[in-house]
Amino acid sequence: MTTTLAWIDYLIMLIYLAFVLGIGFALKKFMKTSEDFFLSGRSIPAWVAGLAFISANLGAQEVIGMAASGAKYGIATSHFYWLGAIPAMVFVGIFMMPFYYGSRAHSVPEYLRLRFDEKTRGLNAITFAAMTVLSSGISMLAMAKLIVVLHIFDAPFASLGLSSEWIFHASIVLSAVIVLGYVYLGGLTSAIYNEVLQFFLIVAGFLPLVLLGLKNVGGWDGLRHSLPTGFTHAWVGMSQASTNPLGVEVFGLAMGLGFVLSFGYWCTDFLVVQRAMAADSMTSARRTPLIAAIPKMFFPFLVIMPGLIAIALPAVQEAAAQPGKAATATSWPSKGLIPAEAEKDPKTGEMVPKYLRQAGSDEPLLDANGQKQYAYDYNLAIPNMLLHYFPTGMLGLGLTALLASFMSGMAGNITAFNTVGTYDIYKAYINRSGTDRHYIWIGQLATLFGTIVSIAAAYAAAQFNNIMDALQLVFGFVNAPLFATFLLGMFWKRTTGHGAFFGLLSGTAAAAIFQSLTLPAGAGPGIKGGWLANLHTFPSEMAQNFWLAIFAWTTCFLVTIAVSLFTKAREDKDLVGLVYSLTEKPREDHLSWYKRPLALGIVVLIMTAALNLIFY
Amino acid sequence: MTSGSHLSIWFFVGILLAFYGLIIAGAGIYGWFVPPQVHLAQYHADLWWGLLLLAIGVFYCYHFAPRKARAR
Repeated sequence: MTTTLAWIDYLIMLIYLAFVLGIGFALKKFMKTSEDFFLSGRSIPAWVAGLAFISANLGAQEVIGMAASGAKYGIATSHFYWLGAIPAMVFVGIFMMPFYYGSRAHSVPEYLRLRFDEKTRGLNAITFAAMTVLSSGISMLAMAKLIVVLHIFDAPFASLGLSSEWIFHASIVLSAVIVLGYVYLGGLTSAIYNEVLQFFLIVAGFLPLVLLGLKNVGGWDGLRHSLPTGFTHAWVGMSQASTNPLGVEVFGLAMGLGFVLSFGYWCTDFLVVQRAMAADSMTSARRTPLIAAIPKMFFPFLVIMPGLIAIALPAVQEAAAQPGKAATATSWPSKGLIPAEAEKDPKTGEMVPKYLRQAGSDEPLLDANGQKQYAYDYNLAIPNMLLHYFPTGMLGLGLTALLASFMSGMAGNITAFNTVGTYDIYKAYINRSGTDRHYIWIGQLATLFGTIVSIAAAYAAAQFNNIMDALQLVFGFVNAPLFATFLLGMFWKRTTGHGAFFGLLSGTAAAAIFQSLTLPAGAGPGIKGGWLANLHTFPSEMAQNFWLAIFAWTTCFLVTIAVSLFTKAREDKDLVGLVYSLTEKPREDHLSWYKRPLALGIVVLIMTAALNLIFY
Repeated sequence: MTSGSHLSIWFFVGILLAFYGLIIAGAGIYGWFVPPQVHLAQYHADLWWGLLLLAIGVFYCYHFAPRKARAR
């Protein structure tokens, strides 16, 4: 029993698409200076910037991926929020934002130039610009694939007499044109407005899904009883890698995810930091991540819970086997609403359920009862839940929430790209003396260029599945050491430009070497690692990622210190406003206590600690 | 946002939610008479959720209407 798309669902999606373009047109007349286009004229109130801050990160890959992780690993997935994101957001708000906002830099790479030197900025700007357009392309591809899997455009295409092959191409082009349209017209403001809309759509689209699902499984107690032991606990079994579903022990989790990866992302990634830099005052900029942290800590209930509910439901074969299609009788294996992945049988050529294999052979991996273990397509948790519970109209709203997430994910990357591309690449290395009007034009050109490269990246990733894995690997190599550079740069005035530059390079090299010498369990040498030798096997990919991050961060940290001690530091007067000990602390005595960043940060941390305890 | 553009984002949010509320509640009323083929259809989630979205949307539209926002 599932629903299929009707004209009302299409109407809801169309209204959204028209609306976002409409916002772009409405904001066009306010784009008078380059500061308006790239930083919203630094006029965004804290609440709006705060909602944009979380939405910019909440691309559909995260929405779909978090539910998939919830179905695979259980509530332990919430560590990405309660151990990772929230403490990092408090740190960036209280300690780092005064430098980003106070230095009046236009971007994170520009801060690196002010604090260190041109080569460190150049390295960061070029790697970051490349990563943003590639991420945007991956987002585009994921959206097109979802549209195809859910058969969203099947009916309209059939009525136009077009074959279903065109759906994929049309999805890519449509998403590119819409994102290009509203960013081109309204710049960062347009992207921020749409991110706020996305926040409301995600809540409006997913909250009823969770409520219906919980009702169906008998509330939280019913959910706990229908899931494997450990799936409803975040911390139980974390003392050893072998006793929890993530395959990571507490040190790797706290240091790798909680410290290096999360702080690295939330504190240094311009994609999110740009939202706070657009705030209307220093206090608003500092409050932006703190305000964002409050809804963010409850997001596991919206995005992880559907995954848990999806596997807790009794197997519903018809929904699982044929997403988006009407019920058909089949014996396709499934875990709740989640079907096994399909693969082609080499003998018969038919599509059959994919099963897990023993390392180095084609023999199936068996569970304790001697049954084949299948590879489940956990990414279908959210889409299948939507089809399972939502009637016409609600289904359109749920799908619009997903579309909005894809669009925001893309637009966030494109706005970060056009700013870094204009200020840190074009203005820094090509033309320093253009007029303000000229830089707006370059920003619009960069938007167009970024979108075209994103489309190319989407098609490249569609052709070669490994490209996506390879890109994510490179992101890890580049991002993991970055936080060490910022930490030292902001809090140790002795850090030098040479130290930062060579620290970053050696951190990235260390990550690559670490990856080439280790493997996750069940994988052969190749893209997953071990391409030089296999010195250590980790219980899971997640464990390998966390330890890689720790290794890269530590290398960058130590090399930066060593090189800095042997090179000449800048004079104190050149570092005022850029280093903690030489910067006047922002005065907030005039604000009521709950508006002060420090008080807000403490409240946020107490609330997060409480959530960790409740779901211990 | 108000100072830079005089166009409040909350007003846009209100319009969109009100629109969606109206459409979904409408579909819910239809579903009351012709039950949809989904699980838990007996709770009429679409009708109640549509009405809630409509109420929130109308409140935002009224409270953050451009003329009112400028006056405040």
